[in-house]
Amino acid sequence: MPGYRLRFPQDEGSHPDFRVEWWYITGWLEEAGRPLGFQVTFFRARPELKHDNPSTFTPRQIMIAHAALSDPARGRLVHAQRAARAGFDLAGAEQERMRVWIDDWRLQRSGVSYQAQIAAPDFSFDLAFDITQPPIKQGQDGYSRKGPAPESAAYYYSIPHLKVNGTLTRGGMQRGVEGTAWMDHEWTSQYLEKDATGWDWIGINLDGGGALMAFRVRDKQGGPLWAGGALRQADGRLKVFSPEEVRFIPRREWKSARTGTNYPVSFLVRTGDREFAIEPLFDDQELDARASAGTIYWEGAVLALIGGRRAGQGYLELTGYWQRLEL
Amino acid sequence: MAISQRFLLFNALVAGPLREHPGRAALAIVAIALGVALGVAVHLVNAGAAGEFELAARRLAGEADLVVRGPRAGFDESLYPRIMRLPQVEAANPAVEAEVPLAGRDASLKIIGFDPLRAARVQPGLLPERTGLMSGLFDADAVLLSPAAAGWLGVGPGGRLDLQVGTGTVTVKVIGLLPEGAYRQRVGVMDIAAAQWRLARLGRLNRVDLRLKPGTDVEAFRRELQATLPPGVYAVTPETEAQRGASLSRAYRLNLDMLALIALFTGAFLVFSSQVLALLRRRTQFALLRVMGVTRGRLAVLLITEGAVIGVLGAALGVIAGYALAVYAVSLVGADLGAGYFRGVETSLRVDPQAFAVFFTLGVLFAALGAAAPAWEAAHRAPGRALHARDEEEGLGRLRTAWWGVAAVAAGMAVALLPAINGLPIAGYLAIALILLGVVLLMPRLAAFFLDRVPLPAPVPAAVAVAQLKATPRQTAIGAAAIVISFSLMVSMLIMVSSFRASLDTWLERMLPADLYLRTARTGETGFLTPEVQARIAATPGVARVEFLRSQNLLLQPDRPPVILLARPIEAAAADSRLPLDAPPLVPRPDEPPPVWISEVAGDLYGWRRGDRVRLPIGAAPRLYTVAGVWRDYARQSGAIVINRELYIKLTADRLANDAALWLVPGIGTTDAARALRDRTGADQNIEIATTREIRAASLRIFDRTFAVTYALEFAAVLIGLLGIGVSFSAQALARRREFGVLRHIGMSRREIGSMLGCGGALTAGLGVISGLVTGWGVSLILIHVVNRQSFRWSMELTMPWLPLAGLAALIIAAAAATAAWSGRAAMRDDVIRAVREDW
Repeated sequence: MPGYRLRFPQDEGSHPDFRVEWWYITGWLEEAGRPLGFQVTFFRARPELKHDNPSTFTPRQIMIAHAALSDPARGRLVHAQRAARAGFDLAGAEQERMRVWIDDWRLQRSGVSYQAQIAAPDFSFDLAFDITQPPIKQGQDGYSRKGPAPESAAYYYSIPHLKVNGTLTRGGMQRGVEGTAWMDHEWTSQYLEKDATGWDWIGINLDGGGALMAFRVRDKQGGPLWAGGALRQADGRLKVFSPEEVRFIPRREWKSARTGTNYPVSFLVRTGDREFAIEPLFDDQELDARASAGTIYWEGAVLALIGGRRAGQGYLELTGYWQRLEL
Repeated sequence: MAISQRFLLFNALVAGPLREHPGRAALAIVAIALGVALGVAVHLVNAGAAGEFELAARRLAGEADLVVRGPRAGFDESLYPRIMRLPQVEAANPAVEAEVPLAGRDASLKIIGFDPLRAARVQPGLLPERTGLMSGLFDADAVLLSPAAAGWLGVGPGGRLDLQVGTGTVTVKVIGLLPEGAYRQRVGVMDIAAAQWRLARLGRLNRVDLRLKPGTDVEAFRRELQATLPPGVYAVTPETEAQRGASLSRAYRLNLDMLALIALFTGAFLVFSSQVLALLRRRTQFALLRVMGVTRGRLAVLLITEGAVIGVLGAALGVIAGYALAVYAVSLVGADLGAGYFRGVETSLRVDPQAFAVFFTLGVLFAALGAAAPAWEAAHRAPGRALHARDEEEGLGRLRTAWWGVAAVAAGMAVALLPAINGLPIAGYLAIALILLGVVLLMPRLAAFFLDRVPLPAPVPAAVAVAQLKATPRQTAIGAAAIVISFSLMVSMLIMVSSFRASLDTWLERMLPADLYLRTARTGETGFLTPEVQARIAATPGVARVEFLRSQNLLLQPDRPPVILLARPIEAAAADSRLPLDAPPLVPRPDEPPPVWISEVAGDLYGWRRGDRVRLPIGAAPRLYTVAGVWRDYARQSGAIVINRELYIKLTADRLANDAALWLVPGIGTTDAARALRDRTGADQNIEIATTREIRAASLRIFDRTFAVTYALEFAAVLIGLLGIGVSFSAQALARRREFGVLRHIGMSRREIGSMLGCGGALTAGLGVISGLVTGWGVSLILIHVVNRQSFRWSMELTMPWLPLAGLAALIIAAAAATAAWSGRAAMRDDVIRAVREDW
């Protein structure tokens, strides 16, 4: 409902009455002077259960987590995923404060920063994200519509320009890393409409302190069904775009040899009177999450350019190209 | 020697005789083939079933390094998060596991309720391929079936399945199938929450499959974890888990394999006896060959080759027949050969070249060995002596080995006293083999002793027969020995099976004292009577008294199948009125631990005796119990422990029951009572009511089915025995053609010669039957008290099946007389005059 006022930090916590919710941190790190994309995501999903099963194991909430590194030197993602039902304190999402976890993977608020700990077979990281800017309430004061139907929407806020520092371990080698990141937190009970197949999304930390979010929801023909976005200037002025003001114009496709899926990995994104060219750090940032979220999508580090010159860096997400996205 | 010369010699010595007497050779081939076929069939069927069982256990554990497993009642689910938090644990999947009875069918289906999300990291192979099925599984009514289960049940995706839980029915929906090849056996997979709820296992788990962090020392961690686990819960490797099923049937398999070996042994003896007589007959031929320059060694080798050729033909036939037999047996009685060890296991028989090679070699080896002794004997005769006639009886002089016989029998008796080796009755079988060998060696002496005491009868043919036998006790001994071997094996099996059946009957009478029995399900683990249903049963009009029994199980050793725990009303002082105890019941003093009564099997397996104090994981904390008695139990092969139900309820708070024994008010018929009970419990309830008589009949039926294979082997032994008699008599008859010629010359009719031979045959068989009866009785004692006790840990009382024994003895004597007479006729078909000329 559009009238709801987001409260902080309480709304950083879980909203178990909603069907799906996610905490999404994407960003760029510098490892020994080289750029490296990373993402860590926790999903919460509430399955629709027909029975009130008294078992402690009843899957009232399912937690799913993804973590990935986008290393241009490797040319593809290094990825890990976990899924578990909430319960026994082994996995869950706390209410009123941000704390989500599956076993030893966790993401939580601690003081004025967020902390993420991920230990996967191929890599592990322990990162702190210092908050340097207030949240951007997306859409209509945090109520972000995702389609023509008014009930198709999510509560959504972003925190750009998180200052990252911590350690990254790969191949048995632990290194200190620094960088910038972007956090999204969304919760909804009806995200995509029946006609929608997926979305394209960018979250860009603009050089100089600005922040740009833009997305479009695609219909079955691949055309735009809905769009939205917001640009916050470094001085704090916020411009929320109407669906008509946001356009995603694909410039180049990349085909995954593994899945045969075509992804438009490069875009021109028009928001209001500005136009950004979005170029991937490298092409193969496809993420196979079939074992946990049941889908395959593209989630990768991108540069934003204006007139061929770097304007910022962030992440591009392309869903629903493999198969229609089922949340 | 040139190739052609070699060939000629081979032709003369090996191929020639085979061609000359194809019938005799064929019989020996059939005997070897039978032994090999039995061995191959038993091995294939069991290897197939055990292999499938092992594979299934491994598939279920997936990529797990360890499996934490508890008994049927499971363990508290709080153990799962505790294990999960251990730093060495990479991933873990908790599970409920039960054999669930299918409502309206006399069968059960194994259902695993696990966490499909956790399974992704522990048993990814057991997950459906389609992602939609995974979330569909969260539905509390959803079940996935393995293709084998779907085929067996005849339901596919969208179908429904009625499970019996308690006395009620739970209907689940088949939402899909496991991937082809993921799990070859019948299984249903549910979500753990659904399984806990629907199968009445709330708060409990049966297993947790663990994957450890790379680099963890699995055994060290296993020990460390074991120390923290509740009593009766074990951390084991998937290998141990897989072997458990195989260990259950190991003794049974060995027994069948051994029976096959005995058949082979009988076959070898058949070769031996026929070769001895045949070689004696051809002695002059060998002497000529020796004179012509063939060396002893070559002669012996060629004669052994003759035995080996029979072996090769028989073994090849046996391997093919064995495979066919295995296929047939599996389709007829199932992979467990009717013994119930691998119930519901789908087996695919594999062509096992190694096993084929082993049994083939055994067949050839036995046949060659059978020919070896006579061949050696023949080759070492001085050619001059052998050219004389009437040399046969002297040639047998080397077989005078009475002292060796006595020694072998004595050694056999001593070996019978040895304990089981590695849980298997190997010493028992060795003892039987030694005693049989000893009796065979003793036969010439016994034959002489016996024949000395037979008076000459009045009718001429009989008198001639007796005189003939008296003159050739050693030849008689060889004919009789074949009968002794096969008949004693028949006798011993017959005695053992009848003793077992009689003991079982007596035992059933002791175990089923009530008028009527009520139970929730014949198979499976999720049937039970709630206290409320129990109360309704107890208050049924016409029921004078009712006793409820709760059946659970305890894991006492991780590599062994669980022991059954039976909680029933029982008083220490009067325990012998409830259980077939082997000694007066012990009544523990009040300061002593409470009593439990263990089955013989449990006592043997865990080394417990009457009066011992044992620690058992019943209830939350393990405590000591006094073994107040040991009772005979034929029903539970992995052991059983009886505890007073009141004490059990106090310890576990488990008030459920599985069975009820009902005593009726005098004058109330069982049919009326059963109807009243059905009315009281409700028509929709899954309960089975049976009278004591019905249960007894059903139990004996199961017994007979279990011993179907034994009967089949017995039949084979009879067959081999009769073949042996046929071979030895036709050999003798052929050897005596000259004699028949003489008798014909001096005026004996063919008919009289026939009756003379029949008489001789009957007498020889009589000698064999008497010796076989005594030997068989001795062997049966070893089977009952050593082999059976050590393999199955069941004791039984000796019961002699006099009537079948007498019938069998008569049959064999008659068959012997008939074959002897027939073989005489066959021998006389040729011109007997020519036969006389042979005597030059």
